Amino acid sequence: MAGITSFGAYIPRLRLNRASIAAAHKWAMPGLRALAKGERAMCNWDEDAITMAVEAARDCLTDRPREDIDGVYFASTTLPFLDRQNAGVIAAALNLGHGISSLDVAGSQRAGTSALIAALRGASEGETLLAAADARKARPASASEMQFGHGAAALTVGSQNEIAVLRGSHTVTTDFVDHFRGEGQDFDYGWEERWVREEGYSKIVPQAIKAVLDKTGVPASGIARFVMPCTMKGIPDKIAKDFGIPAAAVADTLGEVCGDTGAAHALLMLVAALETAAPGDLILVASFGQGADAILLEVTDAITALSKRQGVSGALARGRREDDYMKFLSFQDNVRLDWGMRGEMDNKTALTSEYRNKDMVTGFTGGKCTVCGTVQFPRGHYCVNPNCQALDSQEPYSFADSPARVMSFTADWLSYNPSPPFFYGQVQFETGGRVLMGFTDTDAGQIEVGSGLKMMFRIKDFDKDRGYRRYFWKAAPLSTGKEA
Amino acid sequence: MARGIRDKVAIIGMGCSKFGERWDANAEDLMVEAFNEALTDAGIEKRQIEAAWFGTAFDRVHVGASALPLSTTLRLSSIPVTRVENMCATGTEALRGATYAVASGACDIALALGVEKLKDTGYGGLPAGSRGPLPDLWVPNGSAPGNFAQLATAYSAKHGVSAQDLKEAIGHVSWKSHQNGAKNAKAHLQKAVPMETILNAPMIAEPLGLFDCCGVSDGSACAIVTTPDIAKGLGKHDIVTIKALQLCLSDGVESAFNTWDGSHFATTRVAAKKAYEEAGIKNPREELSMIEVHDCFSVTELVTMEDLYISAEGQAVKDVMDGFYDADGPVPCQIDGGLKCFGHPIGASGLRMVYEVYLQLLGRAGPRQLKNPNFGLTHNLGGAPHQNVSAISVIGRYS
Repeated sequence: MAGITSFGAYIPRLRLNRASIAAAHKWAMPGLRALAKGERAMCNWDEDAITMAVEAARDCLTDRPREDIDGVYFASTTLPFLDRQNAGVIAAALNLGHGISSLDVAGSQRAGTSALIAALRGASEGETLLAAADARKARPASASEMQFGHGAAALTVGSQNEIAVLRGSHTVTTDFVDHFRGEGQDFDYGWEERWVREEGYSKIVPQAIKAVLDKTGVPASGIARFVMPCTMKGIPDKIAKDFGIPAAAVADTLGEVCGDTGAAHALLMLVAALETAAPGDLILVASFGQGADAILLEVTDAITALSKRQGVSGALARGRREDDYMKFLSFQDNVRLDWGMRGEMDNKTALTSEYRNKDMVTGFTGGKCTVCGTVQFPRGHYCVNPNCQALDSQEPYSFADSPARVMSFTADWLSYNPSPPFFYGQVQFETGGRVLMGFTDTDAGQIEVGSGLKMMFRIKDFDKDRGYRRYFWKAAPLSTGKEA
Repeated sequence: MARGIRDKVAIIGMGCSKFGERWDANAEDLMVEAFNEALTDAGIEKRQIEAAWFGTAFDRVHVGASALPLSTTLRLSSIPVTRVENMCATGTEALRGATYAVASGACDIALALGVEKLKDTGYGGLPAGSRGPLPDLWVPNGSAPGNFAQLATAYSAKHGVSAQDLKEAIGHVSWKSHQNGAKNAKAHLQKAVPMETILNAPMIAEPLGLFDCCGVSDGSACAIVTTPDIAKGLGKHDIVTIKALQLCLSDGVESAFNTWDGSHFATTRVAAKKAYEEAGIKNPREELSMIEVHDCFSVTELVTMEDLYISAEGQAVKDVMDGFYDADGPVPCQIDGGLKCFGHPIGASGLRMVYEVYLQLLGRAGPRQLKNPNFGLTHNLGGAPHQNVSAISVIGRYS
């Protein structure tokens, strides 16, 4: 049967303390204080929807051979590229090979659930990796700035070894414009919240839910978990109550600890639900956006055999509170700091070189010498082992999931970096090989020689003149650094 | 080993411009300033120069590509002129070209000139820019201090030296160079600085503070070389010759294999051994009268003392703190102020080091003159600890 076969999640490490947002705007918008509870996830300067999707997908593919994947769907309303397939970047970063299908799904807050329905419909055709991520910008001092969060979720969808099978789904499509973001616009423009609540959520979402319950004949009282993103308090509870879904089944929207992650959020909440689900549980997912999707899933026995992964709980646990609202503004490009002339460097990318070297750069693939076994990066014609130096002896070897340690490092205040100081250094991989790498998600005092590291897919440089960005892998400390 | 370069080539004239923030000068002005001093010193006519080597590293920020900037500026008529570039070791590369040309008999008199005009970039430190289409895709956009600072973390970890002890030792390295630079009228920085200021300076790349970093300067230096016999024929009595000239480059092992520990320069160790063999030096700690090393950063100088086999491994901190390399110590290092205070106009630095040894050997070093120096070593390094170019020369009296 069509179903979900594994899951993963990613939430950026930085969690902006909402009180810091309210404090910054107190002079103009004192009323924002009412929303200033908890934290919202914020991308580091080098994160975007693609990098978050890659991390969620890696989590989802824990202990899964990459060869299993036949297609990649990527759902987001903040696709870094309007014309360059974003799913293709994810596929390359995951080393999924060339013989797969790929698709970007966008345009609505229900892009994630709509993509899930599409993937479930095609489940008999092969295994699809669905990643959803959003890094929505919000105008300073808007309610959205408080409510939004950044994050990603990933699922694999297929028809074998399902951990949750599809019982039914229904979609309502109606051009209800509660908010929109037009071409060339950074920010949403939204209509009155009361109207959105009453004419939108309260009337449209129930249509989809009713249809799926009717189709499947499942009683609402049998729903174990009701997953519905909504930044307006009380709406999911009200809808649940109206249908007779148990109040205890209503899933936490993660508003206090993460914020609403846009097109990813229904799937992120679904992943959180799956993490604690038991075989036989019925999970109802509903999402709103120019209509509504409703998906009913039933958890299977296979969920107990799924290997341990980070998931939403692990991603939340990795958080580090950020109190610096100006840093958030700068990372969002909502304020332009004077970085001096070093910040003016032209980061034009030679697309020819990037294509030739995409396995190396995007896939973090080095070489392993078939003569002496030495692992090395970059892959060269001659083996780097001085006692070997065999010519053209290296087979591809991926570094992305290799454990590594700090060999040497510095915190550089001179080089341009959007989040100074710039931490970088020699990274020694435990399987052999070493690479001079930039570090990310690193605070002062968090690392020393020998500290454990994991690899993360990140933005290396922005080319703001041309609207391009290039990606590479960075080293992140295994310790969360909360104590720093 | 081949017979080597020892005593085959004499330096008959050297020149060095005032180093510093030369707002008044183009690269061409600096080249002429150094060249005229060398030509006068050599006592020859410009037309006697038969070939020239021109060293400049960041050509795009000042003179542009090729050797034409040298041939046209000095009006070197109808002779071969070659541009060389090997990062911060460029100056020594220019000297190597000229020296080998003379040693081979291809020409009798050759010129090596290095220049760098860095202060037209508009900001401090070395120019930042593309590293090439492939490195731009993956190499971190770090700085020179950031790359060299990593020596400190690795050295501390390897030798069990506390961060505080290392910081004080590298602070002493800079303190000593400031003491020396104060006696050098051509130096970029001519002011002694208290230890407290050095240790409490703003951080550039941890643990390197502002005073752990050399000056980024404009300047030019040059040498005119010939054979000892021709030098005698020109009426020279006190002849200075090149005893050794060695170059070693990383082959990628440090940056990609598992043997290097990040705390030293593998290339310098190889180049030093070869240079001592070529020069006939058995015990560098005893035989060298002075050294000019590539102190781009204080920690570079500290670990280089061990790589040159002058301090035993793990003992450089102690030697530095004991004053072994101070002006009145057994082996004065950077008696001219070094890169730290004389300054570091990249293409000129290797030749500037040789210039100081040359002046000292001829007793022309003024207030910083050492007593009866015999052998001087220069160590000129380009790149970063994990991937670099190391050039070493030994200069001495002709006997």
